[in-house]
Amino acid sequence: MDELITMTAAELSAAMSAGKVSAAEVTTAHLDRIAVVDSQVRAFLHVAGDEALAQAREVDRKRAAGEPLGPLAGIPVAVKDLFTTVDMPTTCGSRILEGWRPPYESTITRRLRDGGAVLIGKTNMDEFAMGSSTENSGYGFSRNPWDLARVPGGSSGGSAAAVASYQAPLALGTDTGGSIRQPAAVCGIVGTKPTYGGSSRYGVVAFASSLDTPGPFGRSVLDTALLHEAMSGHDPMDSTSIDAPVPPVVEAARHGDVSGMRIGVVSEFSGDGYQPGVMARFTEAVELLESLGAKVTEISCPHFKYALPAYYLIAPSEVSSNLARFDGMRYGLRAGTGSAEEVMARTREAGFGAEAKRRIMLGTYALSSGYYDAYYGKAQQVRTLIIRDFDAAFGQVDVLVSPVTPTTAFPIGERADDPIAMYLADLCTIPADLAGNAAISLPCGLADEDRLPVGLQVMAPTLADDRLYRVAAAVEAAFTDRWGHPLLNEAKGLNA
Amino acid sequence: MSITRDEVAHLARLSRLALTEQELDHLAPQLDQIITAVAQVQEVAAEGIPPTSHATGLTNVFREDEPAPCLTPEEALSGAPAVELQRFKVPRILVEE
Amino acid sequence: MSVATVSYEDALQRYEPVFGLETHVELGTRTKMFCGCVQAFGAEPNSHTCPVCLGLPGSLPVVNRLAIEYAIKIGLALNAAIASWCRFARKNYFYPDMPKNFQISQYDEPLCTDGYLDVLVGGRTVRVGIERVHLEEDTGKSLHIGGATGRIQGAEYSLVDYNRAGIPLVEIVTKPVPGTGYSAPEVAKAYVTELRDMLRTLDVSDVRMEEGSLRCDVNTSLSVRGSGVWGTRTETKNVNSLRSVERAVRSEIERQAAVLDAGDRVIQETRHFHEDSGVTTSGRSKEEAQDYRYFPEPDLVPVAPPPEWVAEIHASLPELPSARRARLLAAWSLSDLEFEALRNAGALDVVEETVAVGASPADARKWWLGELARRANDSGVDVSELPITPTAVARVAELVASGSLNDQLARQVIDGVLEGEGTPDEVVAAHGLAVVSDDSALLAAIDEAVAANPDVVARIRDGKVQAAGVLVGAVMKATRGKANAARVRELIMERLAS
Repeated sequence: MDELITMTAAELSAAMSAGKVSAAEVTTAHLDRIAVVDSQVRAFLHVAGDEALAQAREVDRKRAAGEPLGPLAGIPVAVKDLFTTVDMPTTCGSRILEGWRPPYESTITRRLRDGGAVLIGKTNMDEFAMGSSTENSGYGFSRNPWDLARVPGGSSGGSAAAVASYQAPLALGTDTGGSIRQPAAVCGIVGTKPTYGGSSRYGVVAFASSLDTPGPFGRSVLDTALLHEAMSGHDPMDSTSIDAPVPPVVEAARHGDVSGMRIGVVSEFSGDGYQPGVMARFTEAVELLESLGAKVTEISCPHFKYALPAYYLIAPSEVSSNLARFDGMRYGLRAGTGSAEEVMARTREAGFGAEAKRRIMLGTYALSSGYYDAYYGKAQQVRTLIIRDFDAAFGQVDVLVSPVTPTTAFPIGERADDPIAMYLADLCTIPADLAGNAAISLPCGLADEDRLPVGLQVMAPTLADDRLYRVAAAVEAAFTDRWGHPLLNEAKGLNA
Repeated sequence: MSITRDEVAHLARLSRLALTEQELDHLAPQLDQIITAVAQVQEVAAEGIPPTSHATGLTNVFREDEPAPCLTPEEALSGAPAVELQRFKVPRILVEE
Repeated sequence: MSVATVSYEDALQRYEPVFGLETHVELGTRTKMFCGCVQAFGAEPNSHTCPVCLGLPGSLPVVNRLAIEYAIKIGLALNAAIASWCRFARKNYFYPDMPKNFQISQYDEPLCTDGYLDVLVGGRTVRVGIERVHLEEDTGKSLHIGGATGRIQGAEYSLVDYNRAGIPLVEIVTKPVPGTGYSAPEVAKAYVTELRDMLRTLDVSDVRMEEGSLRCDVNTSLSVRGSGVWGTRTETKNVNSLRSVERAVRSEIERQAAVLDAGDRVIQETRHFHEDSGVTTSGRSKEEAQDYRYFPEPDLVPVAPPPEWVAEIHASLPELPSARRARLLAAWSLSDLEFEALRNAGALDVVEETVAVGASPADARKWWLGELARRANDSGVDVSELPITPTAVARVAELVASGSLNDQLARQVIDGVLEGEGTPDEVVAAHGLAVVSDDSALLAAIDEAVAANPDVVARIRDGKVQAAGVLVGAVMKATRGKANAARVRELIMERLAS
């Protein structure tokens, strides 16, 4: 493999600043890589090609002219197809938006472009961010670079697969129930769900508005922090955006240290349903933390076991309303003939996949008069209890840890038509989404049974995103030491 | 059984989804399973617990009454399946609001 | 369904009407409720839209602070309580004029609750309770093509313009108003009039019913007299003028009475008011009440108006109509009825301004409610829209009071001003409209009239003094109305005495 594609974003940035390589060369190397492997991985729905090269050349021109450049200038970034981009289609992984060209740009992609990042393409995803395997995409599934017969996780599976297969050093995703952390874990890379409201949702097509959180993927903790910092910050176009400085995540990522830190292991996230190999790697990670000077205790968060059902009431309720606009009247697919009502119903029938339909109906049910209190209303109360569990926990510890997801990457097709089995993948990630806390997934080894990656989840209080990176950087350094190389080097086949 | 096939068909109509009979056959039992599973929230004793609709705790986020650039009609209509007289052309509407 | 019609008087014998009003007010903010698009009535279609008001995927609303301020203003003027904390909610239903297929509105947490508006009708005050005042966004506008009347029924397709989508609306809902009996239609109309005036005074909307910036839905029900049981209510839409408010209530009372008399029941439904026929027809049945699946709007955070802000707004309220009414009643020594006449003619402002530049209240009222009201009616406009200023009217009144003009000449001067010929003095000069005050000129005309009417002169000399009116008339005609009639009569009597 070309050296340029295995370098981290931090390394590439340094090389470009030192004049050792141009942005055009970096982008070309990645476009070449995409051309070689993506027919198998199928991470991308759209590759920017010439536009990406033009962006890269512009960076080179600016650098030569001494004009100011952002920290990610010239770095290729893959973008989950949920972000509106004016020069690339935005499908949200759905046939109902096939070929749609938004007339406006999302705040995050605009900020990245302004800083000189090269948006190299749009990645595949579960339709409207609903799923844990990218199998719900209306454009076919993506594959896990570790084992092409397995899922890359979801809903940001395309972004995770792109990074894990060296098609881009960085990628954007969104996390609503675990859609960044779980793909990161099963693909052996790093992914963060920032504090809710820490990154702008303007131009991010809404799935569950009170939960959706745009976030970064990278192959290293530092890379992920670099993207985290570049994409975050207050946006007046988003009313739920937090008006506070971005936590110093890059600084923290450069100074990993857990000595003296109080770490809580969530006791509810273990036991039946967890793959032994996953638990074994997790346990080792906890031992590692202790050996690095952290004080580890067990913490019970008694309401976390209700997080999954609460989430599968709140999210579908919000999405049933958010997806109502897709009716064939103003943009996207229009199907059927007859009255407006008939065309709307035929369009949505033809344009939405099965999971979208299930969740829309579930949400409609949960919000119906007569059912609201028992379902949606109750779920919102459970949400309060989960927030209180976190508050209580963080009164005793600085961060919480758990596995990211109960199993390693499952085979493509295994859970595709078993919604409840699919939902279980989110067991450990959902609480942080409901509470709005920051959480990260980083590789902690391979499961013995299948030699597939396992992720360690670290959770921090809201606005303490930097604490995640401080812990993650320490763990990463220690593990890399122990393994002798990044975990990703273990992936056979594609990454050779 | 938490929800019948007929009730699911009703939900589909409410949601403007023209499901086929086969789809209904397939989705209705799944929906029933899911509703049974999520009903677990009712086990939680939540007397006097306030619901959380917003996790950020923010209030009073406003903008001033100042104009901002808007889209041109071409941009606004750019995705439209059908246009006439610079308006979105939609099929005849049955239900009067 | 119901066959026999019932007269209004007859219906009121047996039934007690109860009505309520839901009024939507388009706020006169510069920009929309949730985005920075400028409000522009009558602009090219889809020329004032953006991702937010078009509801494009990924767009997000941000609340216009001025809209909140205006809504609080309205609530305070209506003596309502302002919520210390409230949220927006989504009202979910599918309809092409709603880009998101949900409307951001308020549900169980309205911004203002529990107020009242005192309405002056037929010389008495009726207190109309206000249930709630809340904010929501307006929808787009559809043209229905292919049907006979341009309405939805029979249309082949529709064309939607989203310029109006997202404009801030305040919805004001009254509590039910019982006990108005025979004057129910009048009270309903008076409420809307009073509300409109108040909103205009607050300067929060231009409240033009004909442009849709003030929209009313009327709810009506009948209670069997003495039963104490309220009947089923219907909602009537398409009530586009003050007169229609009155007619719609009246028509519904008659219709419902006929239904009940026939032993049928009134169906809870939405009805459509027809301007031309003055009756309502059935629209959508509300029996299967639509479930809007309201839930708190997750893209917006709660609104918690700080008490200092509310106090500031309260302090900035202008003199409200009720306060003004009290002040003018005293200052001008008017009865409630006289005041109402002024208010109903939309002449309060112009009369007050006319008095402010020197006219007496009596003179100001006389001209504005008389000649000018007639001219306004003929032209189909409000008196305030006539092209004549209070200063001009005061001048005319002054000229009449001083004897330079008589009423007939004054009317001609007013005509001239309305035609755009200039100020009253300029019109007088241009047309030579002064009262002829020169006796000698009058005497010449008198002599001619006397010579031309010997038989009349004879009758006058005989003692039939009233006959002098004929001579006066002739002189007035000869001078083209420019004589002071009383002076002419005097001169005639002097002449004939000699």
